[in-house]
Order: sequence, then structure tokens, then C-alpha cells
Amino acid sequence: MIRCESIGARYPGSDADALRSVSLEAARGRLTAVAGPNGSGKSTIVRALLGRVPLTGGRIMVEDRELSSWSHRELAHRLAVVVQREEPAFPMAVRDYVTLGRHPFRRPWSALTAEDQDAIDASLAQAGVDTLRGRSTDALSGGEWQRVRIARALAQRAPALVLDEPTTFLDVGHEMACFELLAALAESGHAILVVSHQLNLVARFAHHVVLLAEGDVAAAGSPDDVMRGEVLERIYDWPLVITRDPAVGAPTLVPLRRHHALSPPSIPR
Amino acid sequence: MRPSVAGGLILALLVSIAISLSLGAVALPPGDVWRGLMGAGDATAVAIVRDLRLPRTALGMLVGAALGASGTALQSTLRNPLAEPYLLGVSGGAAVGAVVATAAGLAGIGLISAFAFGGALIAVGLVLLLARQHPGNQDPRTLLMAGVVIGAFANAVIMVALAQSSATEQRGALWWMMGSIASARWQDVAWLGGALLVLGGALVHRARDLDVVALGPETASSLGVRAERAAARFFLLASLLAAATVATAGLIGFVGLIVPHLARGLPQRASARVTTLAAAALGGILVLGADVVARTARAPAELPLGAITALLGVPFFLRQLRRVR
Repeated sequence: MIRCESIGARYPGSDADALRSVSLEAARGRLTAVAGPNGSGKSTIVRALLGRVPLTGGRIMVEDRELSSWSHRELAHRLAVVVQREEPAFPMAVRDYVTLGRHPFRRPWSALTAEDQDAIDASLAQAGVDTLRGRSTDALSGGEWQRVRIARALAQRAPALVLDEPTTFLDVGHEMACFELLAALAESGHAILVVSHQLNLVARFAHHVVLLAEGDVAAAGSPDDVMRGEVLERIYDWPLVITRDPAVGAPTLVPLRRHHALSPPSIPR
Repeated sequence: MRPSVAGGLILALLVSIAISLSLGAVALPPGDVWRGLMGAGDATAVAIVRDLRLPRTALGMLVGAALGASGTALQSTLRNPLAEPYLLGVSGGAAVGAVVATAAGLAGIGLISAFAFGGALIAVGLVLLLARQHPGNQDPRTLLMAGVVIGAFANAVIMVALAQSSATEQRGALWWMMGSIASARWQDVAWLGGALLVLGGALVHRARDLDVVALGPETASSLGVRAERAAARFFLLASLLAAATVATAGLIGFVGLIVPHLARGLPQRASARVTTLAAAALGGILVLGADVVARTARAPAELPLGAITALLGVPFFLRQLRRVR
């Protein structure tokens, strides 16, 4: 569905590459995660998918056609994106905000079609924000706003959904609910590409993980392939151990305090 | 918008028009206004209504509508509730044009208008050019900053020009900068009406993009809108609209800032299109009301319209400020 082939990217006015030869694929029916430390190029991948950062090499394919050959509107029919930060200039009702997800399908004066209305209602229900319809966007909690934004993206009815740090500001329950929703969408045939720095969550839910470090792919594969202590310790530059969580056995990262790493506590025999 | 809200706005506009036609240095009862409009009755009343108050009322309505629509579009485009048409170099450029015309001895309201419009166009062009030069032009706020810079530059030019002109020229320039529709002529009405039809029509036509642009450039891109291009287009349309009003009526501040907020505060606000239309109606009402005050408060002397709109604007603005959390 989405395929990045050795893409490089550099921001205008910068003298360093934000991405160097990154390849990844987000296929339908799978949850693909991009993880990595701050500044590793995770969000740059999302901006590249939006055509908002020039590529210095490689190409991005969407449905086997090069990204730049799609018009903005055509692309919005195939790719829905929830960017990291978004604040509407002026508050509006949740219902009206989610309706903007239908913008790529509407002409300047067309009324809402039955299909538009159906997409809006279904995505409000899917994201669990049906009851918030009449609320103003400036009266939502962080968790509600995040889910309302996902509803807006779902209203596009695009086969691919890209989310940049969707669980920032979310508590444990909302974090899990968000990833459960993404996993369910993947199961129903969507291609889900999620950028997240929360490795433990990613390891629980993703089919495929791409670990970025300084604009390069440091590791890629299943969560078990990627969650390796020596790799993570190097790219995060912090002592840590990988264990298995006791409940479901997923690989789990536990960062250590510095002094533990330097002199491990002696265990009395 | 609910039909009742739209109906209320239209009714309020009609009442404002009626008041604007009947009040002034000479107050006319409704019957005389009607007979005057029809060309019957007292010759003085006919002249007052048809030749003085009718074009003035029409121009006031158009000025308010243009400023309201322009302000709504700019606030959404720049994602800034403090944006207003005059903040963005338009007023500065127009004032430079007017002052240059006055200083060069090119009196006559027509020439001053032409120079003001030209000055505004140059300023808007410079703002767009400056914003494009910015390497990280990912954010429409660049336009705002460019507008403020050009405005500051224009102010410097005005001060230098005024310091070197005669007292009469200074007074003329000052009056122009305070804004007035007292000398409204039918050709002003036709010119601004035409501009409003074309530019305001284009704004309303593309208003759905405005809703998306207000979400920010990244989200707008994801929804199929070329964000920067759309923002530049809205900025240009709104600025041209403001330039057209400045050229016909001088600087009438605060309307473009206040009215969009009032329009957004109406019940059942749904979209940028509805807000733009409501702001146009509210702008017309506000300018007509302010103009009635300008010509009756110290009749037969006229107060500057721009000062009245600012005086009316301040309490509205303070109320708005209290609602911001």
C-alpha cells in the first residue's frame, strides 16, 4: 500500500539529511510501526508522505504509483493522516470537525451525500466519540481530542491510515484503547502506519517495526527481531534490559538507573 | 445557519439602512424618507435622501461587508484571532499612496483613491514576496510577520513624508487616515460593489478550503488542499478586498477585527462560508450604525468614522478577551 524505497530527505535551509536511505513498507491488514529516539526522522517520514519535505533520493510508492504522480486530492482518497500536533484556529463542533474528513470528496457547493453522512457516523462510532458530536473542540480532554482526530481521518475512508505519535498525552487506558482501535482497523484490512516512541506498546501491537536512528534504519522486523538490548542501548544511549512482560510475553524494554548499570547490585547468596 | 438567525441578520440590516437614511444633520421621519426615495415631496428631502444619504448608506454597507468578509478570511488563513485586514501592510501601503498623492499636490478624491489602492497593492505584493523568500515557509504566520514588517516600514515613510508637508496637507492626510464615507458618490458604490462581488464571491466560493486551511498546513495537506497555495490565494483575495475599501473610504479600523468574532459567536455556526456571509452582514450593520453616530453626535459637524468604529470596537473586544481562556 505504502512503500518507501531508500528515501532520503532534507529540510530546506538545513545542512544535514533528516532521512538517509530509509526503506519500509506498510501493507494492508498489518500494523507497521516506526520507532526511534527523538530526532531520528520518525515525523519526517510522515511529512514526506504528505509531500511536505523534499526527497533527496529514493521514491515513495502509494498503491504502486509514485507519490508525486497523485494529485493532493487523489492522495487524500487513499491516505489519511493524523499529524502529531494540530490545533484548529477556531473551535467548532466535533460533528463539523469530523465532517472536514469528507473534504477531499466534496465539490465547492455540493451538499453532504448519504455516503458522506454514513462515513461520518461510522467513524464517530468506530473511534468511540459518538457521544461527543455536539461538543466544541476546545472543550475536549486530550484523550477525547486524539480520538476525535482519528475519527476525522477515518471519515476519509482511505485504505491507509498514518498516525504520528497518536498516544502523546494519553493515559494508560486511552493509550491501550487507541492501539486496540488501530489493531482492529489493521485486521479489517487497513494499512496502518504508526509513528511512536513508545516501544513497549509498539512491541505489543505491531506486526512489523522499523527502528530509526539518526535518519537511518537501525533495525527492522518483528518486535522480537527489533527489541534487542544491544541495539536499543546503542541508539538510545542509555543502559537498559529487555525482558518479557509477565502477562502476555511480549518483549519489554526496561530502562535502568545509571548506577545500576555501572555497578550491578550484589545479590546475597 | 438556522433560518431564524439569517432572518434576524437581514432584518437588523434593513433596520440599519432605514435608520441611516432617516438620521443625520436633519432628521427625517420615515414617511419623508419613503417619499424622498420615490422622488416625491419636498425637494430638499428628495436631495438629502437620494443624493446624500442613499449613496452614503450603500457605501457604508459595502465597506462593512467587505471588511467583515476580509477579516474572516484572514483570521482563518493566518490562524490568528488578532489578524485584521489593516494589520497586514494593506493600510500602511494605502496610507503611503494617499500621503504621496497629497504631498505631490494631487488633490481630488479620485486621485487619492487611485494612489491609495496602488499603494495597498504594492504593499500586499511585497508581503507575499517577502513571505516566499523565507526558507522555511511552512507556516502561514510568515505572512503575518511579513505584513507587520511592511506596515512598520510604511509608517516610517508616512512620518517622513508628513514631517515635510504643509499643515493643510497634513490635515488632509490625517482626515483620510481617519476614514469617512461622508463624501460617498455613486461611482464609489459601483467600484466597491463590483470589487465585493468578484473578490467576496471568490472567497465565499472557496470557503470550504478555508475551513481546512484553518486546521493548519499539515492537516490541510492531508485533506487534499495545497495549504500554502490556498493560504496565499485567500490572503490575496482578502487583502485586495481591504485595499478596495481603503481606496474608497480611508482607514476604518476594528471592523475587520471585531466582526468575524461576532459572526463566530452566532448560534449554529457551521462553516467558514456561513461565517463569512454573516460577518459581511454584521460588518454592514456595524459601519452603518457607527456612521449614524459619526454624523449625529455633534451635528452638523462630522466625527471621523474610523474613530467611532474603534470606540464601538473596544468594548466588544474586551468582552471577547474575557472569553479567551
